[in-house]
Amino acid sequence: MKREPLIFEVSDKGKRAFRLPKLDVPCGQDPWRGYSLRESIEGFPQVSEIEVVRHFTRLSQWNHAVDIGFYPLGSCTMKYNPKVNERVAAFPGFAGVHPLAPEEYAQGCLEVLKRTEELLGEITGMDAFTLQPAAGAHGELVGMMLIRAALADRGDPRRVVLIPDSAHGTNPSSAHLCGYRVQEIKSDGSGRVDMAGLEKAMTSEVAALMVTNPNTLGVFETDIRKIAAVVHSRGGFLYMDGANMNALCGVCRPGDMDVDVIHLNLHKTFSTPHGGGGPGGGPVGVKNVLEPYLPGPKVDRRDGRLVLVADLPKSIGRVRSFHGNFLVVVKALAYILSLGAEGLKEMSEVAVLNANYIRKSLEGLFHLKYQTPTLHECVFSDKFQKEHGISNLDIAKRLIDYGVHPPTMSFPLIVPGALMIEPTETEPRRELDVFIEAMKAIAREAKESPELLKSAPHASPVRRLNETAAARNPVLRWTEDMTEPSRE
Amino acid sequence: MSYISLSDKDKKEMLERAGAASPEDFFCGIPEHIRLGRRLDVPDGLTEPELLAFMESLAAKSDYGRCLSFLGAGAYRHVIPTVVEALSSRGEFLTPYTPYQPEVSQGTLQAIFEYQTLICQLTGMDIANASLYDGASAAAEAVLMADRLNGRTRVVLPLSLHPQYRRVIETYTRHTDLELVEAGYGDDGRLDLKDLESKIDDRTTAVLCQSPNYFGVVEDLKTVARLARARKALSVAVVAEGVSLGLLEAPGRLGADIAAGEGQSFGLPLGFGGPYLGFLACARDFMRQLPGRLSGMAEDAEGRRGFVLTLSTREQHIRREKATSNICTNQAWCALRATIFLETMGHDGLRELAAQNGQKARYALETLSALPGVTARFSGPVFHEFVLRLPKSWKAVDEALRGKDILGGVGLEKDFPELRDCVLVNVTEAHSRRDIDRLASSLREVLR
Repeated sequence: MKREPLIFEVSDKGKRAFRLPKLDVPCGQDPWRGYSLRESIEGFPQVSEIEVVRHFTRLSQWNHAVDIGFYPLGSCTMKYNPKVNERVAAFPGFAGVHPLAPEEYAQGCLEVLKRTEELLGEITGMDAFTLQPAAGAHGELVGMMLIRAALADRGDPRRVVLIPDSAHGTNPSSAHLCGYRVQEIKSDGSGRVDMAGLEKAMTSEVAALMVTNPNTLGVFETDIRKIAAVVHSRGGFLYMDGANMNALCGVCRPGDMDVDVIHLNLHKTFSTPHGGGGPGGGPVGVKNVLEPYLPGPKVDRRDGRLVLVADLPKSIGRVRSFHGNFLVVVKALAYILSLGAEGLKEMSEVAVLNANYIRKSLEGLFHLKYQTPTLHECVFSDKFQKEHGISNLDIAKRLIDYGVHPPTMSFPLIVPGALMIEPTETEPRRELDVFIEAMKAIAREAKESPELLKSAPHASPVRRLNETAAARNPVLRWTEDMTEPSRE
Repeated sequence: MSYISLSDKDKKEMLERAGAASPEDFFCGIPEHIRLGRRLDVPDGLTEPELLAFMESLAAKSDYGRCLSFLGAGAYRHVIPTVVEALSSRGEFLTPYTPYQPEVSQGTLQAIFEYQTLICQLTGMDIANASLYDGASAAAEAVLMADRLNGRTRVVLPLSLHPQYRRVIETYTRHTDLELVEAGYGDDGRLDLKDLESKIDDRTTAVLCQSPNYFGVVEDLKTVARLARARKALSVAVVAEGVSLGLLEAPGRLGADIAAGEGQSFGLPLGFGGPYLGFLACARDFMRQLPGRLSGMAEDAEGRRGFVLTLSTREQHIRREKATSNICTNQAWCALRATIFLETMGHDGLRELAAQNGQKARYALETLSALPGVTARFSGPVFHEFVLRLPKSWKAVDEALRGKDILGGVGLEKDFPELRDCVLVNVTEAHSRRDIDRLASSLREVLR
């Protein structure tokens, strides 16, 4: 097995990978008077250029990625990230513009923001958008703050946010960060929000219901309008987590479901690359009633020019410096323009087709807790395999040996031993079939040779890693006294 | 252009297998009354050449590239070595998700581990997280972290903190019991230490201090940390320009408890404001309260070294509303670029980069403040940014400079009414002596 040392372990004094041109201004006398200067940056690496290049090229080869193969991570929408969007985002007219450039010098950038806001408005049926949030969870926080500000304005501050038990972990966390107490709503037998439970929980202390639609089971909340009516009738707001918007484009719109606030994930539905964990983009869309509270500045048209309006007396304020993850927005805009109206609808239709193809192909082999029809993803569990002592973790690790990234396992919490599978619309059928065959083989192996699963993966750069030991005694950085493990 | 991979035959056979006559069947759970029932009002899709042409026409509407610019204030133009682009644009780095499955994510995890180490070395701290959204939200997270650590009620924010950082902190703390207290600045542009001392008491959670501060002036972090410590408050060093750490003493060595900052200068383009890179580092004692992802060393089943996401019991996907932060997706790819940038620059390269920034700014400050009527507004030592006081209002001067295709700096009036006749000028290694001389001669003409 190949090993790649840490860069610090190949560092040696005096090696260089980059040189600056000679200083072209005169050196002042005693230029650093008044500074607390450092003598060195202790331990900082010194390597040559080829060492940097080989280091990162080798490291890159140890990653699974959408560009390499199937990545059915549920609720993460790991679709193809078009290369042309990267090229567009690198145009000097976008990448080279300073965020404090006066408006008349940044008209193109402002137009990107304005057009994207308008297109997202049409796609979701919401009245106004902010593109400032840097990721989905950031958008959730903004959404909660908007609701809190609107309620405070009404003189009706409330304390509770309702969240279904199928929700992603960021939902309760974001609500809490905004000062709310979180109350869980149980799902019914179909995996949807339990209407009776909602009726009971929806008191005058409830600021909002945060609902994901389709939810994390891939199930559409058929009663969404009734849900909205219950929430609105008691003076609350309906927040929709739009993480699963990839299932709905061109089919139906949250705005038409009486949703008051929604966040989208540009790095899911709108194809911007996840980059190993970010950057993302978490635009927040609102109905008119919440628009005055959006973060500023906002882009506006005045006399044929685009301007930034900062005087927003009711705004919740900034949640990030400048204009958010602008270049991510550029990529999302390029994607929407590439697909067009027809392409967006086809995107959702095929995402749903691919997911249902997988579901039908694996039904019976893996347990499906909820029989309700699903859209863009399906959630199996390890219940059948548990009989042989095999967990979803073992199944996941064995999938790695088949060249496939494992599904999502950490949620939804209502499905113990979950395997949440989202293929997205861009996968070729051949890749779906490879996955289906791998899952079938694993179902067999679970019965016949469970040890093979428990000791998996076998074909990865490293074998199963001991996460428990790592957390018990955390080593979070290299230090000089560390010895490099010997190479095999 | 659609990115669908299914042939018509595939679609037909797959629909059959799924037991559906058409894709419509899958959507039967969506009631008719909320269906869109029309085509989206979005233009027809574009092919690649059409898209490139259109986006080029949009990009061309921004005239910024025509100008000689001295804008800084938290976003800086620096050299980006070719290898940063070449390596970070590899699909293996650009297109994975968060490394939940360590066995097939060692590339990302080891890079994050190296990033955490580099940030620790630069800041002089024990541990650092895997990134936050940007410098402003990192500063806000530092405040919330301090609140969890000592549960006090007041946070001291200097006026010389980046105004946008202040606003983000205001937004993030609005729904807590934290009260924000201001501390002023003196004629040297540094924190007024007397004023600061009077603002710190037994209720003080944390004292923030940005260095170099918004005016470009290098603060006396050591004294600030001492004053905070005397009242058992935490001192948070805010670094809006990472490159400065190549030259200035590490905040950790000056007594800061937490360092929060912006890493945009490490290989990220200006990009009209993002994506950028928030970093957060602290003493090891605070590990359990640090928000965000962490890559930690682990052993595999055969005793080999590897890396995993660790201490996730702090995080939202385990702890839900009890998590240290709601952050999930961070700026991992930006952190990767910073890692490649810093390892390419290396020890000597980063020191030289920082020194050149300081030298060029010094030259610019001397040249510009020698112009008739122009003075340095503050007497304190600066890094690569400084405030000039002009004999006219900045607004008039700015307009005239723009006529010569020069953006001379960021006006301060909006955030600091008392600095109406002042401008914040940034100079980096990317400015040549000729650029600086051109600004000087143009300013001389404009003021004549």
